[in-house]
Amino acid sequence: MADMFAFAETRDGALRSVAFETVTAARQAADAAGGGEVHALLAGGPGVGARAAELGRYGADVVVVVEHAGLACYNAEALAATCAARIGGEQYRAAFFAASAEGRDLAPRVAGALDRSMLSDVTAFEMRGDAVVASHPVYVGKAVATLRLTGSPAMVSLRPGAITAVESPREARTEPMAPALDPGAARVTVTEMLDRGGAKLDLGEAPVVVSGGRGLRAAENFALVEELAAAFGNAAVGATRAVTDDGWRPATDQIGQTGRVVSPMLYVAVGISGAVQHLAGMRTSRTIVAINKDKDAPIFKLADYGIVGDLFEIVPRLTDAVRKAKAGG
Amino acid sequence: MATGTVAPQFTGVDFLDFDSLLGEEERAVRDTVRAWVDEHLMPVIGQAYIDGKFPRQLIPGMAELGLLGANLPEEYGCAGLNNVAYGLIMQELERGDSGIRSFASVQGALVMYPIYAFGSDEQKQKWLPLLASGQEIGCFGLTEPDFGSNPGGMITTARETADGWVLNGTKMWITNGSQATVSIIWAKTGDIAETKSIRGFIVPTDTKGYSARDQKGKLSLRASDTSEIHLQDVHLPKDAVLPRSGGIKSPLMCLTQARYGIAWGAIGAAMACYDEALRYAGNRVMFDRPIAQTQIQQVRLVDMLTEITKAQFMTLQLGRLKDAGTMTPEQVSICKRNNVDMATDCAREARRLLGANGILIEYHSMRHMANLESVYTYEGTHDMHSLIVGQAITGLAAF
Amino acid sequence: MKIAVCIKRVPDTELRFSIGSDGKSLDQAGLKYDLSDFDGYAVEVALRLVEQAGGGEVAVVCLGPDAVQETMRKAISMGADRGIHLRADTIPFDGLSVAHALAAELKDGGYDLVLFGRMATDSAAGVVGPMTAQLLGLPCVTAISHLDIADGRGTARRELEGVAEVTTFPLPAVLTIDEGIARARLPSLKGIMAAKKKPIETREAHLGEVRLTVESMALPPERTGGRIIGEGPDAVPELIRLLQTEAKVL
Repeated sequence: MADMFAFAETRDGALRSVAFETVTAARQAADAAGGGEVHALLAGGPGVGARAAELGRYGADVVVVVEHAGLACYNAEALAATCAARIGGEQYRAAFFAASAEGRDLAPRVAGALDRSMLSDVTAFEMRGDAVVASHPVYVGKAVATLRLTGSPAMVSLRPGAITAVESPREARTEPMAPALDPGAARVTVTEMLDRGGAKLDLGEAPVVVSGGRGLRAAENFALVEELAAAFGNAAVGATRAVTDDGWRPATDQIGQTGRVVSPMLYVAVGISGAVQHLAGMRTSRTIVAINKDKDAPIFKLADYGIVGDLFEIVPRLTDAVRKAKAGG
Repeated sequence: MATGTVAPQFTGVDFLDFDSLLGEEERAVRDTVRAWVDEHLMPVIGQAYIDGKFPRQLIPGMAELGLLGANLPEEYGCAGLNNVAYGLIMQELERGDSGIRSFASVQGALVMYPIYAFGSDEQKQKWLPLLASGQEIGCFGLTEPDFGSNPGGMITTARETADGWVLNGTKMWITNGSQATVSIIWAKTGDIAETKSIRGFIVPTDTKGYSARDQKGKLSLRASDTSEIHLQDVHLPKDAVLPRSGGIKSPLMCLTQARYGIAWGAIGAAMACYDEALRYAGNRVMFDRPIAQTQIQQVRLVDMLTEITKAQFMTLQLGRLKDAGTMTPEQVSICKRNNVDMATDCAREARRLLGANGILIEYHSMRHMANLESVYTYEGTHDMHSLIVGQAITGLAAF
Repeated sequence: MKIAVCIKRVPDTELRFSIGSDGKSLDQAGLKYDLSDFDGYAVEVALRLVEQAGGGEVAVVCLGPDAVQETMRKAISMGADRGIHLRADTIPFDGLSVAHALAAELKDGGYDLVLFGRMATDSAAGVVGPMTAQLLGLPCVTAISHLDIADGRGTARRELEGVAEVTTFPLPAVLTIDEGIARARLPSLKGIMAAKKKPIETREAHLGEVRLTVESMALPPERTGGRIIGEGPDAVPELIRLLQTEAKVL
C-alpha cells in the first residue's frame, strides 16, 4: 500500500487533458503498489474546486483544492512551494506531473525544493520494488533510455499523450489547502498572456515543420499551411523548391537538396509530391505526415501517415483538430 | 567513422579517424568554416554559378570570420593559424565551390603573402590589415597571354624613372581581376631575357593606365571573376615595388603557397561529391531498391572514399612539413597533382551516379566537375607538376 | 553584468550512432561531441547581454571529464571570458546530482545571471536549471524565447502550448534559454586562437547523491513508411489519434 500524488494542470479555470493522464498514472501506480490512495492537487483561481469531481472520475480519492486569486495565472513559485509542502514527508511513494510546458517548469522546482531526483518526460513507467523504472526518449528522440529512480517520493513527469487517460470513477473527497507561499510574494510574476503568432521558429530548430508544395496552387493558399503551423504552436513553415522558385515563399524557407535540411520530430508535407530533391532535405524527420491528392506520389513511400485527398478540405479539418488537441481537450 | 545512414548535413569524410591527428584548434577552425559554408555559401552558390557572378556579398562575412590570410601573423589583423588549419579552411571553402576557395587563395596566398614576404614594414602595416578585413580586394598578375606554364618568359616591363616606375604589358587569367582594388603585378625591370629582373609591384587598380575586364564565356569557375589586365604607361611611385622581391623565384614562392592551399581545397571538392553521391545513392530507388544497394555504385563510392582518404593523410603530412619549415615545392607539386586529379575523378563519378539529376545545378557534383578542370589547369597544370616531380627524382629537367 | 553559463558537452546526434556493448550508453566509436544546441543559444544570449551592457564578464561552467574542455573552448572562442571546469569522470544522468555540484560552485560567484540551455540534447530532461535555482534560492524562469534586462530586472517571454506568457523577475536569477531567441554565433578564427590564452580553472565536482541511473538504452524501431491511413478529411481523427498515441508527437 502506498499513496500517490498527482498534479492536475489547469488553464483558465479548466482542467487540461494532461491532468487526467497524471491522475490515471497515479491511479495505476497506486493499484500496482497494492491499492493506496491517489491525491490530486487542483490549484487555480476562486471556483476551480468545482472541477474536483472530474478528477474523481479518473481515480482520484482525494482532491486537494488550492484556490487563490493569485493562482488564476500560472505562478511557478507559489505552486512549487505548495506542491512541495504537500508532497514532503513520508506520505507519498511517487508524485506525477505532466511534462507539458507548465509541468516541465514546475516539477523540477518541486524536486529541487524537496531535494529529490526526478524522472522527466516519461513515456511509460512501472513500479518495481523500491524503484520506478521508466522509458524516456533521449538524443532528440533517436534513442529511448530505460531509467531507474530510487527513493521516495519518486518525482515523475509524464510526456503528454503518452499515458492514455482511463476512467476509474469514485467520489473524491476534497481538502482545501492554502498556498504555502503567498502568490503575491512570488519574485517571478506573469504580467501578460499573449496569443502565439509573433514568435517565428527557425526551420532547423522547430520541433514541428509544416511544409507546402505546388499542390497549394497559389501563394495566398499558404495561409492554410501557416494556420496549421500556428495550431501546433511549435512549428515552422517550410516549402519546396518549386514554391520558392515561383516566389510564393522566400528562398530561405526552402527545404531540400539546395535549401535547408531539417530533422524535426514531426514533418507535415502538404501538397508535396516528394521529388528526390525535397526528400533529401527532410527524410531524417522523426515522423512524417503527407497530405496529397495523388496516391502514387513518392512522398507516400516515406510518410508514416499519409492521407490521400483534397488538401483544401483536409488541412482546415486537421488545423481544427490539432488546435483542440493542443488546447488539451 | 559512423556507418550507415547519413547525417542531414555535410559532416566531412573520415574513414580512418583522421580527426585524431588534428589538434583541438585545427578541428575548431575546420568546424567553424564548415558551418559558415553551410549557412552562407551553400544557399547562394548555385545561382551565383548560373549567373556567372562571384557572390561578393560574402566577403564581409569571410573577413569577419578571419578567412583571409588566416596563416599570417596576428599583428597584421590576421588569425595567425598554422598551415594545417589554413589548409582545412581551404578544404572547407572548396567543399562549397572552387571559385570561392580561389578567391580566398588569391587574397591570402598571392596578395597578402607577397606583401608579407617581400614587402617593407610600411607596406605590410598599410596593406595587410586592409586586405585581411576585406576592405581591399587583391589580385595577382603573373600569367600573360603567351606565358602560362613559362612565366619567366613574361614581357610585361617596369621601367625605373627619376621619381618611380612605369609599367606596360598585359596579364591574363587573373582571378579577382575585375573586382580587385589592388593588384600585385610582376614585371621585368631589366632585360627582357633576364628572369632575375622580375619584381613585384603593388598597383592600386584606380591608377591611370590600369584597366581590367572580365573574360567571358567561361564554362568553369563561373562563380569567380577571371579577368584580363592591361597596363598602359602605368606610373607608380618609387615605394610601389616590393623591396625584397627579386627574380622569378619570388612569384613562384607565392604560387607554392597557393598550390599548398589548392592541394587541400581539392580534397574538399572531392568530399562534397562523395557526400552527395552517397546521400543520393541511399535515397534514389530504382528497380525497387536504393541504388546504394547495387554493386556498381558501391564500387564507385568506395573508390572515391579510398582516394579521398589517401589524399587526406598525404596532405596532412605536407602541412606538418610546412609548419616545420621543411616543405619543398616538389612536395607541394605531388600533392596538388594527385589531389586535383583525384577530385576530378570523384566529381565525374559522382555526377554519373546521380544520373539525369546530376546535370542540374541543385546538385553540386557537375559544378565541381567543371570547376576542377580549371583547378587541374591553373597554378601549374597537372602535367607540369608531373615534370617538376620527375625532375626532382631523376635530376633531369624534361621541360 | 556578470553572467555564468552552464553548458554541457553532448554527442552529436546528427550522425548515426549505435548502442554500445554495455547496452546502456552510446557506442563511442566514431562519435563526435559538441556543445548542446540550447547551451549555444545561452552562450549567445550572455554575450549579447554583456555587449549591450557595454561591459561585464561571461564565465562558462561545465561538468564532466577532461574532454569537456574542448567544448568549453568552443564557448570561449565564441567570446566568453573564462571557464570553470568541474571535473567528474562521468556526467551522472541524475540532474539533481549535477545541480548540487553547480550550486556549490555558483553560490558565492556573485553572478547577476546564471543561464542554462532549456535542456541538454542528450538527456533531454531539462531539470538541472530549475533545480539549481531552487538549491541557490534564486528566482528562475525556464524556456525563455525573448529576454530584456534593464535596471536590475528582467522581462522574459515563454512559449507555452498555443500561448505565450510574459514574466518579470529581479536579478540575480537563473534562466533557461529556448530556441528561437538567438542563433549561436560561429567562433571566429581569431576567437579560436584567443581562446587558447583565456583561463579555464579546474576543480573537482561536488556531485550530489545519484538516485537516477540508466538501466538500458535502445534505438526506436526504424520507420516502416509508406502507410496511407485514409482518404479525405474523414481520416483526420485517425491521424490525430496516431500522432498522439503511436508517434507521440502531439
